[in-house]
Amino acid sequence: MKGSEAIIKSLKDQGVDIVFGYPGGVLLPLYDVLYDSDLKHILVRHEQCAAHAADGYARASGKVGVCIGTSGPGATNLVTGIATAHMDSSPILAIAGQVGTALIGRDAFQEVDTLGLTMPITKHNFQAMQADEIPGMIKSAFYIASTGRQGPVAIDLPKDVQEQEFEYKADFQIDLPGYKPTRKGHPGQIKKASNLILKSKKPVILAGGGVILSESSYELLELSKLIKAPVTTTLMGKGSFPEDDPLSLGMLGMHGRKVANLVVDECDCLIVIGCRFSDRTTGKVDEFAPNAKIIHIDVDPAEIGKNVDIDIPIVGDAKIVLTSLIKTIGKLKEGNPGSTKEWADYISDFKINCIPRLSFDDVPLKPQQVIKEIRDSIDYDAIVTTDVGQNQMWMAHYFTSKIPRTFLSSGGLGTMGFGFPAAMGAKVALPENDVVAVCGDGGFLMVCQDLATIREYDIPVVVCVLNNRYLGMVAQWQKLFYDERMSHTHLGEVPDFVKLAEAFGVRGERVEKPGEMKETLQSALKSGEPTLIDVIIDPDEILPMVPPGCGITEIVGEYKVEREVPGEIPYRTPHKEKEWE
Amino acid sequence: MDEQRSHVISALVLNKPGVLQRVAGLFTRRGFNIDNITVGTSEQENMARMTIISRGDEKVLEQIIKQLNKLIDVVKVRDLTPENTVKRELCLIKIHATSEKKRSEVIQYANIFRGRIIDVSPETLTVEITGAPDKIEALIDLLRIFGIKQIARTGPTAISRGTLD
Repeated sequence: MKGSEAIIKSLKDQGVDIVFGYPGGVLLPLYDVLYDSDLKHILVRHEQCAAHAADGYARASGKVGVCIGTSGPGATNLVTGIATAHMDSSPILAIAGQVGTALIGRDAFQEVDTLGLTMPITKHNFQAMQADEIPGMIKSAFYIASTGRQGPVAIDLPKDVQEQEFEYKADFQIDLPGYKPTRKGHPGQIKKASNLILKSKKPVILAGGGVILSESSYELLELSKLIKAPVTTTLMGKGSFPEDDPLSLGMLGMHGRKVANLVVDECDCLIVIGCRFSDRTTGKVDEFAPNAKIIHIDVDPAEIGKNVDIDIPIVGDAKIVLTSLIKTIGKLKEGNPGSTKEWADYISDFKINCIPRLSFDDVPLKPQQVIKEIRDSIDYDAIVTTDVGQNQMWMAHYFTSKIPRTFLSSGGLGTMGFGFPAAMGAKVALPENDVVAVCGDGGFLMVCQDLATIREYDIPVVVCVLNNRYLGMVAQWQKLFYDERMSHTHLGEVPDFVKLAEAFGVRGERVEKPGEMKETLQSALKSGEPTLIDVIIDPDEILPMVPPGCGITEIVGEYKVEREVPGEIPYRTPHKEKEWE
Repeated sequence: MDEQRSHVISALVLNKPGVLQRVAGLFTRRGFNIDNITVGTSEQENMARMTIISRGDEKVLEQIIKQLNKLIDVVKVRDLTPENTVKRELCLIKIHATSEKKRSEVIQYANIFRGRIIDVSPETLTVEITGAPDKIEALIDLLRIFGIKQIARTGPTAISRGTLD
């Protein structure tokens, strides 16, 4: 068998039926085998989109997404997408071609040190120097990418290795002596956590992306009901808990919901699940949850205590740990109704007064109104992706998600240009679900060439470009913190996004007034055609935020609420001393 | 704030190309400090042992160990505490010495420190010394007056005492 044949066979053995890629000189042997293969290949128009599409595929389906790029520039173009997946623990396999082994190190044409480049942005990477290494390498890559704390794996594949003949043995073993992810939580720690939770009067749960990755949303809901604790999420955790539930607080952090930020500040016990305490989530670390004992459940031991000091760490898979935690609390709770009812009632009163206002009849459109109309147009199992910046934070803040893997966003790396190709990948993974990308005009323009891909392969995603002709988030910071000196954030008056879409054979629509978004989006989804909707929005709309370096209660900007109530909101100043110390 | 102190970390790693880069890159990227690193083969086939000397408080040490453990090619990581560890370094010192008197003094000092003369030329003497880093420092200080031409040090390597892992 040839190396290139072994790659395709190994991918198929791992259950891969589709890859996103872009060929090149050193990948000719691999693409020659692909020509006759039933492995579906989607030719993207830029390698970065291949990586983001594989990432979107992985986030939507939970399966490992695969992307391929050639050596040199192909590999460097994959890098942004790999780094994006790494920051958000998304399981992808990136295969990059490499110059022949005899040429490595000689600055050959299209040679780059892919192994060195991808080392800090992958969970692990490999370089195949012999064809017979390939089957074990690909099997290991899938195992590493999809277990423990998930993440991207890269394989560097020299041209001659693809051409090399070897004898394929079906009974090969993989040996990874340095890789043994912890799955079960320590029973002693679970018992300690259970006791703390039962003693607590004001518990709050913070759910991160780990809840989604470990498929433990059901257990999260069960725990929250059992101890009557409200649930806030990080950006990556959005969708892990139904946001229309009375116990949902919405997203926490720099652009979080006011109620979430204030309640976390006040709580006496914070149960954090699958979350890495990003600075965007915690604000000033020293002032984060000042009154709380913190329980941290995470599959990655290195996340425990990395940014925030933890009182009770539990290392393990969230699903397994939550199941044991629920069981232990259930046993301890028998005959003891708990004392958190008062807290739950307080939260629900508090919440009603903090519901952000969504309905506006302004022209140009307010993003809140646009998001409300998007929500009203699609089912809860529809997948939305966002780009990065204001569009992302508006969506995170105002859009109600209920189901895991339906809200896909580049959280850690904050990669502009993620939304559209990720939507493409998600649609390929789940063709039955509606997929809507909500992008800004800046980010979309970074990847707009892939309109060709959705046209050529008939991938009917709907791209909503929230068009304010600004790099909105940077502009927002300039307005708030840099005396409105709008340095290089105005994008000018081009392009005409409708014409741009039409040039690629994609339906182009424009939305300017309240009510039009719903109608246009619904007809776009009904058409079954790839569609771009250019949504003209108000460039002056600012999302209230916590200035960098401040505690999360210090929200600046007007927080417009749905229900205006006379007087102050019933927020109680927290007691600075911990109650049981 | 915890006390900043020097830590000796011993890591058993797969002896594969790039493993040193993975470890060194991790230290750079995470802002951990490396004072010294030595690598050599170990008692196990296909595995190498790295001895890393780093400075930081207990929190930093904990992160270093956890982050090292995350590397797929790292099999085992241990923090070697000073009381339970033997630490040795090898140092070669080339001294400019032409006169008989100077030469015999260098040889005497080397003997006191249980060093050996491993090379002689009409103009130089080379001393080999093994020991804890402070002993090596002491000999270097003494030899400075003769005029040191070159020093090559391996940096400390370390192993736990007795039956400790």
